[in-house]
Amino acid sequence: MAKADTKKLQSIAAELRGKIIETSCKAKVPHLGSCLSCVDILTALYWHILDIDPQNPAAETRDRFLLSKGHAAPALFQVLAMRGFFPSSELENYGKDGSLFAEHPPAHGVPGIEAATGSLGHGLSIAVGLALSSRIKHIPNKTVALMSDGECNEGSVWEAAMFAASQATGRLIAIIDYNKWQATGRSQKIMALDPFREKWKAFGWSAYETDGHDIAKLIKVLSKLPDGSGKPAAVICHTVKGKGVSFMEDNNDWHYRIPKPEEVEAAKKELGLIKP
Amino acid sequence: MRNAFAKELTDLAKKNPKVLLLSGDMGNKLFDEFKTAAGGRFYNCGVAEANMVGVAAGFAMGGFHPVTYTITPFATVRCLEQIRVDICYHNLPVTIVGTGAGLSYAELGPTHHSCDDIGFLRMLPNISVVCPCDPVETKLALRAAIGHNGPVYLRIGKKGEPNIHAAEPDFRIGGSITVKAGNDLCLLSVGNMMTLALAVAEKLSKENKLSARVESFHTIKPLDEALLEKLCGAYRTIAVLEEHSLIGGAGSAVSEWMEDRHITACRLLRFGTGDYFLNACGKQPYARAQYGLTVEAVAAKILKDHIA
Repeated sequence: MAKADTKKLQSIAAELRGKIIETSCKAKVPHLGSCLSCVDILTALYWHILDIDPQNPAAETRDRFLLSKGHAAPALFQVLAMRGFFPSSELENYGKDGSLFAEHPPAHGVPGIEAATGSLGHGLSIAVGLALSSRIKHIPNKTVALMSDGECNEGSVWEAAMFAASQATGRLIAIIDYNKWQATGRSQKIMALDPFREKWKAFGWSAYETDGHDIAKLIKVLSKLPDGSGKPAAVICHTVKGKGVSFMEDNNDWHYRIPKPEEVEAAKKELGLIKP
Repeated sequence: MRNAFAKELTDLAKKNPKVLLLSGDMGNKLFDEFKTAAGGRFYNCGVAEANMVGVAAGFAMGGFHPVTYTITPFATVRCLEQIRVDICYHNLPVTIVGTGAGLSYAELGPTHHSCDDIGFLRMLPNISVVCPCDPVETKLALRAAIGHNGPVYLRIGKKGEPNIHAAEPDFRIGGSITVKAGNDLCLLSVGNMMTLALAVAEKLSKENKLSARVESFHTIKPLDEALLEKLCGAYRTIAVLEEHSLIGGAGSAVSEWMEDRHITACRLLRFGTGDYFLNACGKQPYARAQYGLTVEAVAAKILKDHIA
């Protein structure tokens, strides 16, 4: 991918981060750290990888994306708005009574949301069903599920992993936002994930590792998928929770903390969204 | 009921390319015909019910009508949250089939008993809960479930249950079927309790000159409210019989319905399983007896409690 394009995507990612932080403050929505760690992944997907049409969000041949780590909904909502699935102004209602925008993606009413998630460990199974549906219908689309590392605590993730391998769902991609934290501690310490890539390989998947904040690298890895092996593919993205704002990076307080207005200002300055 | 289910599903799959079968490593040989008729649409999902339900939701989102199948506790309570979120919240056309419901698999022990599934599932929005009484109703219920654009839980027994219906009666989800007419009281029989309910009616008739109407009260959700209204007007005693806990089952559903309408002219009697697991094992009639579900015990309680 050309350098100019990468720069453009980086500025989109910065803009998204700014909006996510602003909305978190305004709507009192938590999970900022988890949102910021997957912004670059979402940018690579929604501005380069996924074959989707915001004007026709239910097109049968579209690529399917499931935000299995549903607590990053504040990030996904901004992505969908910026891509034109609905007007950004609708997000003004975020956090207000009667809004369709909850802290997790809803099942109904928001264009571009494929499935309600938020209870962890559900998205990959749904993705397997979607991928197999496409296979029966001879639709050569991709099905992508984005999971968190903490989510991989759930046994159902590994049920889905084994089933996807036995069914050779070669057009299924699981992306893991490996930010090394979960709600209350270091993910490796709570439920040992490592050796993570080898685990996915042992479960019969193709497994890749990349820097989850390097958009060019993300696009390079994701563009090669499906890789033709017939196996489902896992892409482990090494990320930093709270990425993009120095005082939020790798600080797990921001799993639940809501930023104050002055912190929003400071964050936006760091992101280059307002002149210092 | 199992065989009737497998045969009907095969017939439906031949006609309807959207029908898929997901089995939780159950039904050895039972689905051979299905596999021949619709091979690409059979998925053995292994002993991993949570994933099976999620995959079924994905299939439904992809335009198919999946049917999940395994032994009742594993088809329902084991993966309850996946049923709640993936299927019911999205209101997807998925048919969940639990085989060996209630005490059908009594001799397998309490791990395989299922006396709480109706209670758990009827609490979930959007889902219909259907308990056919015999192989004929099983076929009709499955046909209706596949034609229904939303989640349906089908609670079936094992193999070898007798046919109650000589011909195919009218069947709709949310309905009930009159199996025997009667004037003095009404028995609402749920699922595989029908043989017992008919035997109770016969005993009451022969020995006590009481004429009992018997309904195959196959749908616990949505309740057949029109029928309940008629019955409450026509009978002073209504009894619900189910192989399910007295907490949360069909009897609870009917009592909630009556309570909400302040119905006092009509007395409700409830027969089901008690609030305890069985420690000693045995066959289905033995297990039923431990919970007072015998012809004699049910008839005796009716005689004691009904309003003459």
